[in-house]
Parts: sequence; structure tokens; C-alpha cells
Amino acid sequence: MDTLLIHILNSLLYAAVLFLIAGGLSLIYGVMRIVNLAHGNLYAFGAFVAAWTVGLLVDGATPTPLLYLVLLAGPLGAAALGAVLEPTLLRPLYKRPEEYQLLITFGLLLILEDLIRLIWGPYPLSVSALFEGMGSLNIGESIYPTYNLAVIVVGGLAAAGLWAFIYRTQFGVVLRATSQNMRMAQAMGVNVNRVYVQAFTLGCFMAGLGGAIVVPQQGAVLGMGVDALILAFVVVVIGGLGSLEGALVGALMVGVVRELGITFFPEVELAVLYLMAAVVLLIRPAGLFGRA
Amino acid sequence: MPAETRRLLVPAGPIVLVLAILPWVVEPYQTVLLSYGLVFAIAALGFNLLLGYTGLLSFGHSAYFGVGAYAVAFAVKYLKVGSMELLLLAGILASALVAAIFGLVCVRYTRIFFGILTLALSQVLWSLAFKFFWVTGGTDGLRVPTPTLLGVSMGAGQDKMAFLAHRYYYYVLVVFVAATAVMWVIVHSPFGKALQAIRDNETRAEFVGVQVWHYRWIAFLISGVFTGLAGALWVPLNGLTTPDILYWQFSGEIVFFTVLGGFKTFAGPIVGAVVFNYLKTFAVGYTVYWQMFLGVVLVTLVLALPTGIMGMVARLAQKWSQKWKRAPAP
Repeated sequence: MDTLLIHILNSLLYAAVLFLIAGGLSLIYGVMRIVNLAHGNLYAFGAFVAAWTVGLLVDGATPTPLLYLVLLAGPLGAAALGAVLEPTLLRPLYKRPEEYQLLITFGLLLILEDLIRLIWGPYPLSVSALFEGMGSLNIGESIYPTYNLAVIVVGGLAAAGLWAFIYRTQFGVVLRATSQNMRMAQAMGVNVNRVYVQAFTLGCFMAGLGGAIVVPQQGAVLGMGVDALILAFVVVVIGGLGSLEGALVGALMVGVVRELGITFFPEVELAVLYLMAAVVLLIRPAGLFGRA
Repeated sequence: MPAETRRLLVPAGPIVLVLAILPWVVEPYQTVLLSYGLVFAIAALGFNLLLGYTGLLSFGHSAYFGVGAYAVAFAVKYLKVGSMELLLLAGILASALVAAIFGLVCVRYTRIFFGILTLALSQVLWSLAFKFFWVTGGTDGLRVPTPTLLGVSMGAGQDKMAFLAHRYYYYVLVVFVAATAVMWVIVHSPFGKALQAIRDNETRAEFVGVQVWHYRWIAFLISGVFTGLAGALWVPLNGLTTPDILYWQFSGEIVFFTVLGGFKTFAGPIVGAVVFNYLKTFAVGYTVYWQMFLGVVLVTLVLALPTGIMGMVARLAQKWSQKWKRAPAP
């Protein structure tokens, strides 16, 4: 019974982080029709910024609650980067075939990968003090880190907050209108350029938040972005590109399958995930919640 | 001789001649480097049948390259095959089989879904190669000793570098020339024209009687086989097969070759693959931040030169010929 509960918690933990990454990817695609191959690197960037900032402040001291807020430097950093990248690199390409957009984001992926190495060096950054600082809980006979529960809560809050933001605010209306029909929105007086940069920044913020909350647990490692990107792809393919509900359901499915895979069939864990994406595409080309 | 064939032979003849003389003029290292470029060029030719001629952007072509390479490694390790011709055959058959199956799944989609599906399927193969280490050697890969070429072995005591720089280089060159010729025939055949019709307007192509899915599937198959052949040729050069060549970043590099050279032309992918190989080797030797260097090149290319090297050459040639014509007669 306890083990089952722990498996469920682990699945949720994984799903929470994946939702943040894949949700941002999906949001950007939904509004701008761009599949951002560099999205995983924005997640990694968020992780490194968070780890570096916390590292500057913590310095061996026992973590105070305030230090957990410093993790926010990660998402803010990623958002700032996104706000710079969209107008400079992506905007000139909206009128070109989508191959070029894939290519430029692939180029961006290569650049960001090394930029992170250039800034923070080849070694992992760790802020495990924040992870240990929260202690652990007893679940029946087993012990579970409290920090993991916090990550699940943050993921849940982010999903709820994003939903409210998009379906309950004026900005959300404009965002959805632009994603439905960019030219019509423009004709109605929406400043599309501004909406695009806001959507891209928000997507990057989510990726950075994902990176920041995994840092205390896993540390910031080179190459984490590329791995995360592929899994985020699996999520959005299952859920449907451009759909936030899809990203949520996809993240939960991937979280559960991955936990099962790691526990019972470690050899084919990754293959099963990719196959799951391929099977969903075969049955529903637009994904479970996508509009073709 | 049809005009199109003449158009190929006029520039190709001298180039092949230069390539044939090269090992006698330059250092062995340069020849080996060029062999890599020619091998990648075969892969890029195959890739461009999909991107340039059929309008399908595959982001998973590392799968076929890797299958070709692993087929060779398996044939050597488990069947003790030593003949390069048999190994190439193994690479071709294995990549044909995988491309046929993956193609059935992928060709029903276009645009971004095609890209993601090819990517996901290639990652399945990568993760299998990565995890089943008792079969594939995992990240250590599988070592492949030097094969015999046309029944002749390298011979004891011979320097492997010299072997690669001379005999193996010519072997690669012959396969490359043959592959290029076959691809030229394919894209100029009625089948190739039908693919271009599909690329330009799928609905109209269907109206004039082209069976779109069927044609796309055959194109996918041919594309996979060319890339698999390249993978098989690559193994003896590298001496080792690792999961890296199945990883999607290598797929990205194949796309990179093609865009660098210009995917709207026949020769673009060839030029792109050779140039990219030099570019990457230079960058890797020069700085640890070579990925950033390549990224900057790619971004600049997409923003400033979307038609690639061949597109730029064509534009310059046109400009000069116009200037020539406009010049007043003496």
C-alpha cells in the first residue's frame, strides 16, 4: 500500500515538472505555431540561474524560507532570455515556411547548450541544502522527502494559475483570439507582435520554473535541456500540440508510464514512452486534445 | 544523351577527376576527412529526396544511418562477416526494412507531425541501442575491425591510416559516385517528377492520378536506404559504432548539411555535407564551444542565406552573366 502511494507520488512529481516544460512548449506552439527546439535549453537555463543565485546566497547556512523564493530567479532569467530572443531571432521568420523556424530554433539549441557551459563551466551546480532543508515525511513505513511534495504542489498551482490566466483574464482572451486567427485578431486591433512576445516570455517562464524547482533535487547538469525537450515532445504529441489540457494529461500519462517503466522494465522505459507517442499519433494525429 | 545528363556530366567529370587524384597530393589525414564528407553526402542525398523533392522534413534520419551502421557491427560481431560488400548489403537490407516499416507509419502525415513522428521513432531505436548494452555494447559501442575490400584484406603490418586514406577512400568514392548517379536518375525519372508534384501541390498531384501515400512511402524507403548505405560505409572509417549516431542531434546535423548546401538543388546536400564536415572538424579542433559556433553559423544562414551555398553561387553566377551580357561590345 505504501509502495503504491510512493509510486503515485513519484509519478505526480515527474508529471509536475514535465507539465511545466511541455505546457510552455505547447503554449508557444498554440499561439505562434512555432515548435521551439530550444525550449529544453530554456528549462536548463532556468535551472542554472536558480542554482547559481541560490548558491551565491546560501553559502553553507541553513536555508531559510526566503531562500526558496530565490529559486524564482530561474524562471525570471529564462523569461528575460525569451523576451530578448523572440523579437530578434524568431520574428523575422514568421512569413517563411516552418522548416526555417525549426532550423533556427535548432541553431538556438546549439548556442544555448554551449552558452550555459561557457557561463557556468562543465561541472554540475547543486543546491541540495534546499532539498534537505525541508526534511522528510513518514508515509506508513516509508520515508518520503517533503521537497518532492512541494514540487507536486507547485506544479498543481502552476497548472491552476495558468488555466485561470488563460480562461479568466482579458489577456487570456486576447491570447486565445490570436491563436485562433492571428490576422482576424490583428484586424480587431490586437497588437500581435506584443502578444507573441508575451506568449513566448510566458512559455519560457514556465520552462524556467520547471528547471528551478528540480534544481534542489537533481542539481543543474549540462545536457539536461535536450533530454527534457524530447520528453516534452512526447507529452505534447500525446496531449496535442497547442493544448494545455493536453499537456496536463500527457504529463500525467508520461509520469505514470515512466514510473512503471523505471520500476518494472528499466531497459525499455524510454522506448515505451516514444512508442506511446507514436501510437497516439497513429490513432489521433492531432493528439488526444489537439485540433488538427 | 539527354540535356539533363549532360548538365550533370559537365561539372561532375572534372570534380571526380580531382577527387581521384587527391590522395596522391594531400596528406592522408585530409583524405580521410574527405571520406567522412563523402559518406555524409550520401546520407544527405537520401535525406534531400524527402526534404527537397517530396517536401517532407524528417527529423529522424539518424535512425537509418544508425541502422546501417549497427547492421554492419552486428554482422561482424555475430556472423563474423569480413567482406565489405556483404556488409554494405547488410546495411542496405536492414535500413530498407526499418525505413519500410517506419515509412508506413510516417508518410500519412506531413509538416510538423511528420517531423515529430520521425523524431520519436528514431529515439525508440536510440534508446534500445543505449539500454540493451549486452547486445549493442551500450555507450561503449561495438568495435568493427577493418573489412576486406573486394576480397582483399588490409594485410598484416600495413598502416591503417594509409589503408583508409588510399584504398578505402577510393572505395568510398566509387560508392559515392554510383549513389549520386542513381539518385540523379531517380529524381529525373517520372517517379521523381511525381514527387515534386506532390511537394508543390498534393491535391493537384492526386487529381492527375499520383497515389500520394504510395509514392511518399517509396521515396521514404529510398531515402532510408541511401542513408543506411552511408551508415554502413561510415563504420570502417570510424572503427566503432556508438548510440550517438542514432541520437536525434545527428538527425539535426543531416538537416544542417542539407540546408547549408541548399535543399532546392541537387548538388546542395553534397556540397553542404562536405563543407559541414570541414566546418565541424575545424570547430571541434579549435574550441570546446564548437556547438555554439555551428549554432551561430546555422542561425546566420537561416536569417541571411536561406538558399544555402548553392543558392548563393547560383545568384552570383546569374549576376555576373547579366553583367557580362550588358557590357558593351568592343
